[in-house]
Amino acid sequence: MSEETTPAIQLPDPTKLVISNSPHIRGGESISKIMVHVLVALAPAVAAALWFFGLAALQVMVLCTVGCVAVEEIWNKCAKRAPTWKDGSAALTGLLLAMNLSAGAPWWICILGALLAIGLGKQIFGGLGFNPFNPALVARVALLIGFPSLMTSWVVPQAGKFMACDVLTGATPLGASGAAVATIHDLFMGNVGGCLGETSALALVIGGVYLLIKKLIKWQVPVAFIGTVAIISGIVHYFTGMTPTPLYHILAGGLLIGAFFMATDMVTSPMTANGALIFGFGCGLITSVIRIWGGYPEGVSFAILFMNALTPLIDRSTIGKPFGYIRVKAEK
Amino acid sequence: MIKKITKRKKVISHKTSIIEETIEISPSTSEKIKDGVPASAPEKSNISVISRGKPRKFKGGVHPNDSKALSAASPVQDAPLLDKYRVIVHQNIGAPPEVLVKKGDEVKKGALLAKASGFVSASLHAPTSGTVTAIDKCDGPTGIRVAAIEITADGEDEWGSPFEPIADWQNAEAADLKQRVSDAGVVGMGGAGFPSHVKLSPPPAKPIDTLILNGAECEPYLTADHRLMLEQAEEVVAGAAIFARILGLKSAVIGVENNKPDAIEALKKASAKTNVTVQGLAVNYPQGAEKQLIYALTGREVPIGGLPMDVGCVVQNVASAAAVNDAVVKGHPSIERITTVTGEPLVNPGNWRFRLGTPISKSIELAGGVKYQPAKLLLGGPMMGFAQSSLDVTVMKNTSGILLIPAEQVSQYTSDPCIRCGKCVSCCPMGILPATISQAVENERFDMAAQLNVLACIECGSCSYICPSHRPLNQHFKRAKSEIMAARKKEQKK
Repeated sequence: MSEETTPAIQLPDPTKLVISNSPHIRGGESISKIMVHVLVALAPAVAAALWFFGLAALQVMVLCTVGCVAVEEIWNKCAKRAPTWKDGSAALTGLLLAMNLSAGAPWWICILGALLAIGLGKQIFGGLGFNPFNPALVARVALLIGFPSLMTSWVVPQAGKFMACDVLTGATPLGASGAAVATIHDLFMGNVGGCLGETSALALVIGGVYLLIKKLIKWQVPVAFIGTVAIISGIVHYFTGMTPTPLYHILAGGLLIGAFFMATDMVTSPMTANGALIFGFGCGLITSVIRIWGGYPEGVSFAILFMNALTPLIDRSTIGKPFGYIRVKAEK
Repeated sequence: MIKKITKRKKVISHKTSIIEETIEISPSTSEKIKDGVPASAPEKSNISVISRGKPRKFKGGVHPNDSKALSAASPVQDAPLLDKYRVIVHQNIGAPPEVLVKKGDEVKKGALLAKASGFVSASLHAPTSGTVTAIDKCDGPTGIRVAAIEITADGEDEWGSPFEPIADWQNAEAADLKQRVSDAGVVGMGGAGFPSHVKLSPPPAKPIDTLILNGAECEPYLTADHRLMLEQAEEVVAGAAIFARILGLKSAVIGVENNKPDAIEALKKASAKTNVTVQGLAVNYPQGAEKQLIYALTGREVPIGGLPMDVGCVVQNVASAAAVNDAVVKGHPSIERITTVTGEPLVNPGNWRFRLGTPISKSIELAGGVKYQPAKLLLGGPMMGFAQSSLDVTVMKNTSGILLIPAEQVSQYTSDPCIRCGKCVSCCPMGILPATISQAVENERFDMAAQLNVLACIECGSCSYICPSHRPLNQHFKRAKSEIMAARKKEQKK
């Protein structure tokens, strides 16, 4: 009670109080935190790529990542926008692009890819959050169509030999012939030719599980995506025998990196849980059709890009009924 | 429907059969309730979860750091008598009461200062005995200057309540008790300030079968209801029984978040021989939101734009229940309340019983003043409270907390573009799409916002809390709602 008269009591200065709308506390989430988590999730796959492809892989990753950040900042400068490299999204796009290239990709492919990914894939639509398509996949598909032979000549993996930079053209696990050319064990560990991010299934699964635990991706997307591919390839394999086993389909090619890292891109996939399920199913369906009957050996990129285009439509048609909705409808 | 209930009754515990019975009494009720519940689960609607002893979990919600430890252990102290009180006239939702006193009038403690000016209005009483020295404007809680009655205390603090205690309330007429709630000026003390007697007067077309007392106190920092339930459990339970008697119900349920086990224990003890049950609830903000609370306890969904009475429920705050107990048992009108004065910058955060009209500055002095300059001063909790710019705002019937927030918690964010992560969608307790609506509002497409059910938003702020892009989602919805309501009013005039 005597406190009231003690002169030491300090009252806040009302002129320095901030007035703003509720809520007055925030959860501490931020875009850069999300991006850092995804980069951490990619770490095992990056390590696997370095193990199998050595310095050649490192060169591709550095060129793509630095290239993407540089293109983003140059664009920001030209468009008189504030720098955005700190949010980490350009670096992530760069690393994902590298994971979609062969270790033998020449330097100019990497730079051109960065230009396509950030310029054509992202900034032309207004930057982060406004791009309808996954930027890294836009670049990959543009390069694949423009330079088909360069983009499909894979380097033979040489585990642990970091200095082996020679480009040796090897067989792809998902050949156009549809025949299995690698063992399941090699596919799982990563001892196969392919893009940097297509090699080790184990590393990709570890990263995917990390993302799921951190709740940064919706489980519906990878589960529906991989599940659909497994079911369709399973049916076709056991009834006609014209395609490898479902397990081979899951482990080979870009399915795992696509399902965990590319299709789950927040900006370009649906926001609702049911939408994510439909999205994943669509990706799986198109991937299977292209792989089994299409002209390209791999269809993951095309499938994801196609479903990206459908995302607004999926989002709109999967809006759930809000809490307390039924009654309102009945009254009308 | 009724047959099904009787069958299931065999497996339910004894405690809740009371609630089941009340449902059985009026078959029309059970039919009616069905409308408010999703068609997918019409069968479940009549078996309240209370009966299974396990509350439902509403969809969504967030888990902010509750910071209640600052003041939870500090017992309620009576704030010392002040020389002057400035009682804000309009303390309730609805019409402001009509001022009866004039400058120079002598008033006793509890005397009627302003009379309810309609059905949805609440009377106002003198916080202490003394003289009315001014009737003018003072800083209000929303930043607008509002009418206030200044009372200079005579130091006697002598009661002059306009009504007598109703000692034998167990046998009193429901109408008399309801009149007392109205005369005492009791309002929803959780924050809304909705006159309590209005909720106790459902139209005949809306039969009530469930009375819920809201002791969830899901807002971080606030501990006023917690201390009240702990220290005055019997009064809360008695208040619940009075509400039940007015509504003609035999039972009531008090919902308390599980982070207050001592309060749950105290209430259980106090209600052991009564028909009042206590139900622990999952700790999930906004558990104390009326619609989410009703869903957790009964499984019924209050329709969008509807009221709890549409699903046969009445929800009252625990502090309001204690105030009603005071009004009936002691014959005291609602002139004081327990308020948490808390926040990291304060020297001694705690809980005090303040008279209406106590300036915020006095409450901060009681808490020992501040160690450093806070960034924000709030009335209410950090999720839904109002930021203040003046220390002259006074304690009102709905002031549950006076909260000082340090700068590091209020770092001013620049909002980034939406990255469509969907976190707001999964945490929205009303199941709407905050991200999409926010974009519609940014483009001034209020028609689209209305189509996306922005009017269902309860402004709990969970979406803004979770958003990694720090988008002003809640602000957008408030704007959209006022724009839509204004447009509808305009249309009606045509």
